[in-house]
Amino acid sequence: MITKKKIVAACTLCALAIGIVWAADHIDAPDVASTTSDITDYYAFQSPSDNDRMVFVANVQGLLSPSASATAAFDEQVMVEFNIDNSGDLVEDLVIQAFVENGVVKIYGPVAPTSTGMSSIKEESGFMVDADVTAYGESAIIGNANNVQVFAGPRDDPFFMDFAQYGEIIAGNATSFNNPGSDTFAGTNVMSIVVEVPKSMLGSAATLNTWVESKRKN
Amino acid sequence: MINKRNFNLLAVLLLAGTMVLSSCKKDEEETPAPTPTPDTYSQEDQMGRPAINTVFVTSADKDDFNMTIPSEMGAEYQSKFETQLLALNAGYTTNLLGFDAPTFTGALASDVLTVATSGPTTFYDGTNVLTGRALTDDVITVELILIFGGPDSTANPGLTDDNVSSNDKNFLGDFPYLATPH
Repeated sequence: MITKKKIVAACTLCALAIGIVWAADHIDAPDVASTTSDITDYYAFQSPSDNDRMVFVANVQGLLSPSASATAAFDEQVMVEFNIDNSGDLVEDLVIQAFVENGVVKIYGPVAPTSTGMSSIKEESGFMVDADVTAYGESAIIGNANNVQVFAGPRDDPFFMDFAQYGEIIAGNATSFNNPGSDTFAGTNVMSIVVEVPKSMLGSAATLNTWVESKRKN
Repeated sequence: MINKRNFNLLAVLLLAGTMVLSSCKKDEEETPAPTPTPDTYSQEDQMGRPAINTVFVTSADKDDFNMTIPSEMGAEYQSKFETQLLALNAGYTTNLLGFDAPTFTGALASDVLTVATSGPTTFYDGTNVLTGRALTDDVITVELILIFGGPDSTANPGLTDDNVSSNDKNFLGDFPYLATPH
């Protein structure tokens, strides 16, 4: 017997198969969809283990199956840059840059960028910490130097949403969400970069405006 | 879980942010690259709050939105976001924040994640609002309520919660916090 739950599951699989799923920022735009620079999610939060530290998470390359995750790799031509505005003008005052070179993630910043906006150079003076990229199935390798921590490697996609049903609603095929819903991102992985820094490195503003960018070497 | 008092606080914060931002825009010139010329890196994707490009930007504009710096997003995208909001919910009047369509989309169009440098950091946790984004935050339900829920969050009850409220794996208490891969 075909149940509603099975139909939803089937829709989810179809959506995954033909690549129309995009959600938090997964596959958000044609030029980056399913490329190595496609940002899927961005998080910024106070360290759960230390109130004086802030954590920044950027995920790229979404919807990786376990088997795809075993061979997935960061694109070493793509830099991930956290942008931090601490003066309220929506222009970055500080950046935290993550480069992957020969399987090693290297963090530069927080540092004032040489230039703001669409084009960046590596801020060499801001080098803080590096670590080997953690391989699939390996215990997390954590770099810790200059009071900055870094991790890079495959992780479970922390995003959750019944995206398949949202798509059905938008397409006019359904009028409401299901209860319970079905997490379209369950069982999938992303390539994650996690950086934790002392809040004292971020300036003295009470509120930061922050965003993340992926930038490709020219 | 999500109550009106807290959304009123969110409204104040969002409006305050908008006013500050519009009053202190400044020009920033790109400085010339030093010699020898280092490698340059050019933007391909960007993200602030979850699902903004996905939900509020039309197909034709999605690439352009990723190439628009945040200080120019408001001017370029507020009216387009308003059109999209009304396409999603033709009956939109105001939301739980008390925002009419121009005000709500004005706050959203500048796509940055605000982060408090002291205290809890969360998209919304029942008390704190837009002070960051934690791994456990049910950001989609918050956004659905603001888009479809009307002034008291009771409109369109079938559209204001996707009924997926947590991740499929538990997060870690220690760095790097994200769960191991499947």
